Amino acid sequence: MIRALIPAVIFFILAGFLYVGLYKDPSLVPSPLIGKPVPAFAASTLHDADRIITEKSLRGDYYLVNVWATWCAACKQEHAALVYLAEQRQVPIYGLNYKDTRAGALAWLRQYGNPYVSNIFDDSGRIGMDFGVYGAPETFLVDHQGIIRHKLIGVMTPQVWTAQFEPKIKRITQNIIARNIATQSIPK
Amino acid sequence: MNRCLKTILLLWWCCSAQAQVISVAPQYQQRYENILEELRCLVCQNQTVAESSSDLANDLRLEVKAMLEAGSSDQQIMDFMSDRYGDFVLYRPPLKARTLLLWLSPFGLLAGGLLMAFLIVRKRARATPGGPLDRRDKERLQHLLNDRHGGKHQPGESS
Repeated sequence: MIRALIPAVIFFILAGFLYVGLYKDPSLVPSPLIGKPVPAFAASTLHDADRIITEKSLRGDYYLVNVWATWCAACKQEHAALVYLAEQRQVPIYGLNYKDTRAGALAWLRQYGNPYVSNIFDDSGRIGMDFGVYGAPETFLVDHQGIIRHKLIGVMTPQVWTAQFEPKIKRITQNIIARNIATQSIPK
Repeated sequence: MNRCLKTILLLWWCCSAQAQVISVAPQYQQRYENILEELRCLVCQNQTVAESSSDLANDLRLEVKAMLEAGSSDQQIMDFMSDRYGDFVLYRPPLKARTLLLWLSPFGLLAGGLLMAFLIVRKRARATPGGPLDRRDKERLQHLLNDRHGGKHQPGESS
């Protein structure tokens, strides 16, 4: 009786693995940067070639770093969602303009709107490499300590924002509140 | 004819879509090639960084070249890649808790296969009497053989 079950058990284990695999997108590779600080960089901003932007310029209780380029079709797709998030003051968005031309990128922002606080101009793609970028658009969520908390590979949509980003942001704000309470209650 | 021409043109076009060749100083050439063969291109995941014609692969080739020329060790270059793109970029992922199943399952399957083979062989060995023949069996065998050669029985007939 037990012997007869062995093939069935092997079958179900194998089927289980294959079933899970069916719903996994092999192009989504987990980022080793989650839980790590934003990589150090220094570049000129997109709008002003003389102004230098570094990782220390990125500020906020939490913020997004959005990797985009004018050659990236999916970036155009998500642009309206980013503009909406910026207009609603949901989150400060920093742009990482990846392997692009300055003139082209500026024209794009004039045409489709500019949701970015400022833009890192990474024409060589070397900063993108430090961020582990392998396909724009990619969006990183960074907390108040400069730690990367989430990475989205692909198009930002209102659904993705609600499902993936809002819960993480909630946790970040809870941490900030907890920290503030803790620092206030320390007796002198 | 037009079709044939198109096919040829398309084939030619495919051939031209190859990895851009980057020249590396001869003292680094061997290491450069070895490293690129060990790295997966994340854009076209079934290609190595050496083979891929993607833009990212080209950037990574330039980076490997620059790191070699700056005196980085192979390990440093591999760490640089996995720090940014994860273990997935390595065709030879390191042995750690997350990859334990990946590394051990082939040995598990091999052990399972050997165990099954052992059980089957043992079962068969028990079903068919083995071992050296005792005196009585030897006499019977001799008798049968003599019978057959003596022509008293037809071939194939049982005794």
